[in-house]
Amino acid sequence: MIINLIDYLRDRLQTVKYCCYGVMTFIVIWSMSVDTSHAHTWAEKMIPGFWSLFGLGSCAIVIMVARWYGKSGIQAREDYYDN
Amino acid sequence: MTISFIHPALIMIVGACLLPLVRGPFRKPYMFLVPLLTFIDVIYLSQHAGTYGVFQFMNWELTFGRVDRLSMIFGFIMALMAIIGTIYGMHVEDEWQHIAAWFYVAGSLGVIYAADYITLFLFWEMMAFASTFLIWARKNDEALAAGYRYILVHTFGGVVLLLGFVLRYQATGDLSFVQLDVASPELYTWLIMIGLMLNAAVPPLHSWLPDAYSKATAIGAVFMCAFTTKTAVYTLIRSCSGFEVLIYLGVIMAIYGIIYAVMENDIRKLLGWEIVSQVGYMVAGVGIGTSLAINGAAAHAFAHILYKGLLFMAAGSILTTTGRQKLTELGGLYKKMPATMIFMIIGGLAVSGLPLMSGFISKSMIITAAFESHLLWAGFALTFVSAGTFLAAGLRLPYLVFFGKNNCSEETWKNADDPSWNMQLGMAIGAFLCIFLGCYTPFLYNMLPNTDVVFHPYNAYHLSETLQVMAFTGFGFYMLRKYVMPQNTISLDMDWFYRMGGRAFLWTVKNPLQWFDTALSKFYKSVGISCLMTTSRFWSWFDWNGIDGLVDGTARCVRAIGRRATIVLQRGNIQQTIYYTVSFAAVLLVAYVWL
Repeated sequence: MIINLIDYLRDRLQTVKYCCYGVMTFIVIWSMSVDTSHAHTWAEKMIPGFWSLFGLGSCAIVIMVARWYGKSGIQAREDYYDN
Repeated sequence: MTISFIHPALIMIVGACLLPLVRGPFRKPYMFLVPLLTFIDVIYLSQHAGTYGVFQFMNWELTFGRVDRLSMIFGFIMALMAIIGTIYGMHVEDEWQHIAAWFYVAGSLGVIYAADYITLFLFWEMMAFASTFLIWARKNDEALAAGYRYILVHTFGGVVLLLGFVLRYQATGDLSFVQLDVASPELYTWLIMIGLMLNAAVPPLHSWLPDAYSKATAIGAVFMCAFTTKTAVYTLIRSCSGFEVLIYLGVIMAIYGIIYAVMENDIRKLLGWEIVSQVGYMVAGVGIGTSLAINGAAAHAFAHILYKGLLFMAAGSILTTTGRQKLTELGGLYKKMPATMIFMIIGGLAVSGLPLMSGFISKSMIITAAFESHLLWAGFALTFVSAGTFLAAGLRLPYLVFFGKNNCSEETWKNADDPSWNMQLGMAIGAFLCIFLGCYTPFLYNMLPNTDVVFHPYNAYHLSETLQVMAFTGFGFYMLRKYVMPQNTISLDMDWFYRMGGRAFLWTVKNPLQWFDTALSKFYKSVGISCLMTTSRFWSWFDWNGIDGLVDGTARCVRAIGRRATIVLQRGNIQQTIYYTVSFAAVLLVAYVWL
């Protein structure tokens, strides 16, 4: 059943993608209407969709730092410790 | 009211000792019963807070049973995880794995209820040694080497802890395991903290974790991921809460772990890095030290044991059925292992802190505590890591294992299947609890150690914050996914220093030292031995000609005199002989009388 559902969704990737974009847009718009009195800093109150930008930035930074760090010699071939 | 105190660890130990005797159809019910009894004992104890099991040993008072709110919540989750782990591993025939696992759980429970350093140390070492056997049980060369590394690192940690509490005993005469004076730390405070910190895998003492957990057996890793680090978090809460350096270490740890998790190819190592990262939250919480932060650390440890156990169970299922654990050898498995996929996704979403999941209600406590303590940098850094966590465990891992490019060999694909009923049951219980905790917050919140704070995770602002971070992390992953594809590599880490250091030591022994030794023996052979030979030749000559000559000469002399006397005195004439004899006797007689 689950397999069929996944296959069904995979056959309609474009639709799934648009649905995801729809959800993201909804979340951002809804977040603007949320009471920000619990916010910790001014940035959260002033910048609309602050946490969206923060999430996207974080994700990009993690990926890029990991890539740069790995390429800088940390990622070694698998038999590195073998003699 | 007096209650009968039976230490939960004792049930596990006796159970483990009797396990080899229980065979055939009784084995499985027995294996279910022992952790269940332990769990019931823990619940019974939590109704009766107090101090039990106090013994006098030499000059010291050993306390085996300190039951308070903090030990209750940790005891509860450890005993619960013991049940889940045992159910998951029930099909394994090798009884040594179960015995090691149960001794390991007993060690953890022993540490949690211990109220003095000697008892703590006893169980601390029991944990380290028992868990080593869970690695060795894999029975291949890699696991053997990893097991040795693991036990050596933990022995080092144990020695540092021992040094710390012995110094403290010398300075204060106190062995009780209580909050240390972290405002003005002494050398022993640091040593105790480092000893405990090593078990929590705080950098730079963390490399043993991904190394060992990825080499252990499937059920070994399920047990290991729950007990060592979280017991260490418990001990840190108990002794070092409010120690400021832990905030920095915790945040560094959270970031460090997530960067390595994103680079990792081995799924169980990836999960190991995730543990480092998640335990970072708890360590930071301990460092912040407010009531909310300590509650957060305890809650996160509780939730973490369940979702990480679930993730390791799912990874163990993949390993058990396919024999593979590298992302470059897996992929597209949703068609073959749909149940495992669901469990892994639930675990991944729980660790990422999706609302209605356990991670959401625990992680946010620590982040909120950081913001409330005006540690904005820590709060933002931990939120940053939660985006990374969703990326590594909630998106990248399930995507590359179950969807994505199919890297399976024909054999892997053929063998891939959902695991046996007991493994699925273990995962189902874990998954249920991950969702249950997230949906019904009082279950966890009522158990938390500090009752003076209340926390409500489900407010609109917090929900919008989490959903935004997660949604846009997902978007970021979709856009940048080609940069996080798995590669056939291993990531070098702090263990490089001791692995290569060990090699350098071996090289030093093998090359310069051995060369010196060989040279010395050659020198000895050519110079020493010939000197010795010459000397001994001289003495042999001296002995032969000097000493023997003297002795032989004397003997020859006596013989010659004897012969001459015989010739002169004994000529064969009887009268002469009688005459000589009587004269000699007369001379003797006269001499005797006169003298």
